Amino acid sequence: MEPRIGVLALQGDFEAHQHALARAGAEAIDVRTADDLNQVDGLIIPGGESTTMLKLLDMENLFEPLREFGRKKPIFGTCAGAILLASEVLNPLQESLGLMDLTVERNAYGRQIDSRIAQIELQGEPAEAVFIRAPAIRRVGPDGKVLAKYQNSPVLVEQGKHMVATFHPELTDDARIHERFVEKVKQAS
Amino acid sequence: MDFQNDQFRLKVGLAEMLKGGVIMDVVNREHAEIAERAGACAVMALERVPADIRKEGGVARMSQIRVIREIMSAVSIPVMAKVRIGHFTEARILEALGVDYIDESEVLTPADEEHHVDKHDFKVPFVCGARNLGEALRRIAEGAAMIRTKGEAGSGNIVEAVRHIRTIVKEMKQLTVLGKEELVHEAKNLQAPLELVQYVAEHGKLPVPNFSAGGIATPADAALVMQLGAEAVFVGSGIFKSSDPERRAKAIVKAATYYRDPVKLLEASEELGEAMPGLDVTKMQEAELMQTRGW
Repeated sequence: MEPRIGVLALQGDFEAHQHALARAGAEAIDVRTADDLNQVDGLIIPGGESTTMLKLLDMENLFEPLREFGRKKPIFGTCAGAILLASEVLNPLQESLGLMDLTVERNAYGRQIDSRIAQIELQGEPAEAVFIRAPAIRRVGPDGKVLAKYQNSPVLVEQGKHMVATFHPELTDDARIHERFVEKVKQAS
Repeated sequence: MDFQNDQFRLKVGLAEMLKGGVIMDVVNREHAEIAERAGACAVMALERVPADIRKEGGVARMSQIRVIREIMSAVSIPVMAKVRIGHFTEARILEALGVDYIDESEVLTPADEEHHVDKHDFKVPFVCGARNLGEALRRIAEGAAMIRTKGEAGSGNIVEAVRHIRTIVKEMKQLTVLGKEELVHEAKNLQAPLELVQYVAEHGKLPVPNFSAGGIATPADAALVMQLGAEAVFVGSGIFKSSDPERRAKAIVKAATYYRDPVKLLEASEELGEAMPGLDVTKMQEAELMQTRGW
């Protein structure tokens, strides 16, 4: 059976991730409540504003259910999603799920005028990476595997069943990263 | 028109990140901190909220740089700021300052009664207001990377934002059923470039995110325009002219996420205190309307 993959739809570019999952051949479901979480085998936390998502997770008592979900099932975080999955967040210090052993610095490249589309290397082939007010990964724990780098910093990291990107693969037509996540969800379920 | 160039993709990309969120008008650092704490996905810096501009009159201009700078250093979320319609020098100043988005806004006093800013020429992205599809497409042709309804700013009355979002959505739907030769005729009626008309006909939506602004005062107002097709909301006077801004701000953030869930909307609507005072738009003089500014 095809895995059911949720996209956390509190705020951000969740719609772009739904389209990207469709390109990777998976069924995507909006997740806004703890009940919705119970319906899915894996979850994407999209780009958006991490402070807004944290506020809504707190208001709706979703923080613990999400952490519990991540102990059992795969999560892929892009940009704000990477910030939420990290164990330590800088600039400023803020709460996070701590599901991956990472230190992430918010708005590390500057403001919107510093946003950029860069070429990176993915599985030995060129790929386009869209960075928007992007964070940077400053430290990767011993179990983390760096899958891609930009300016010598890790930008795509896998740790066990989870994965984070500081850029936005959902804003390109390249489905490889979403396909990789769909594969991880299949293996885990 | 090239929507696939990197610069335009990055501009639209940031608008994508704001979807499902609330962009709040703030006039100082304290407001900005309250907005961020309440869950705003961005703040809009301006000199006075629209309700005060309306009351006090005079020329409304871009905010003081010192205030925008303070707001930028106080919060970690994107900071937008307004310029007068056609005032490309105010826009250059804000670009040099490094704001994340510029709103070329009818809420300020227009600087040019014929031309809008050539927004393609800027690295910083722009949002513009629209009352109908023709206006929206003309602004996109000029380089706007996000459209919002104009509504009637500072009125606390949702009726104009509803009219505008319904008009835009209806006009888009109509294009999807027309033949190729009919689209040429529609481009003439809409006074918009044919290739943008063709894009909307093919996709049933704008090539940039479509948000709503102008008169949103309650969580129910925010959910209403989102159910009608808006992808995020701007709230101006509605928050800081209410009796309990922080609580109302949080409630509108919740409503923008759960806009289709009546139980969550009920929760968001409890214990809010007084909303801002509202104005009857039908009793306003033509000269008092802000939505008719822009061409």
